[in-house]
Amino acid sequence: MLKSDVKLDTLGYFCPMPIIMTSKKIKELKLGQVLEVVSDDEGIKKDMPAWCETTGHEMVGLEEETKNSARIFKAFVKKTK
Amino acid sequence: MGPTKLEPATTLAELRESKPDRVTIVVLSGDFDRVMAAFIIATGAAAMGMQVTMFFTFWGLNVIRREGATSGAKDLLRRMFGFLNKGGTGRLPLSRFHFWGLGTGMMKKVMRQNQMPDIGELREMAMDLGVKFIACTTTMGMMGVTKDTLIEGVDQLAGVSTYLAEARQGSVNLFI
Repeated sequence: MLKSDVKLDTLGYFCPMPIIMTSKKIKELKLGQVLEVVSDDEGIKKDMPAWCETTGHEMVGLEEETKNSARIFKAFVKKTK
Repeated sequence: MGPTKLEPATTLAELRESKPDRVTIVVLSGDFDRVMAAFIIATGAAAMGMQVTMFFTFWGLNVIRREGATSGAKDLLRRMFGFLNKGGTGRLPLSRFHFWGLGTGMMKKVMRQNQMPDIGELREMAMDLGVKFIACTTTMGMMGVTKDTLIEGVDQLAGVSTYLAEARQGSVNLFI
């Protein structure tokens, strides 16, 4: 289980909303804090690492779980700048 | 001037620091689905820290015209044209399955049910994220679209040189 400081719920939102919400939310974090983005859009598995690579933030990891047959993804992003 | 010696890694880093990636998108189409794709790419790129400019031309101008705006031209032909081609994001038809509005209406309903933003909201989001909007003056004149019938927040009225000046610095240039 990865740990986070701030949680961002993007459940029910499709691309590009999770990424846009992340880019706004990350501004509220302090350096070194970890943001947990919860999404049910499978695209986030690839999109979040790509977003991190482009923006320079650190992709800490990704967790996947199944809740009532729905797949949920948790992306952990560390604010590095 | 002779060639200067550069440390590739640091130079690249400096370049990236001083010059964020640029994206330019020409929006010629006024089709609901194509415009949606354009805005998804634009907002996504802006969220990734890229500098995004959207050029609206031809049917794409409808996206940045006020809802229901007709032609501001004085002559009959363009006024008639403006009557048939009203502005606004709410009127954009799907490129396929429009069915006189029925298909597009259904698509919008499905999108609402799935919490997807509509074109108007995407446009607002793009502005919030700092995407630049440029309207093409040539097609504005041709179609009788006047400045006062455009939405607020259109950054510039310009032509092909402005587009090219931006596009040549762009790493992503799209024509939609």
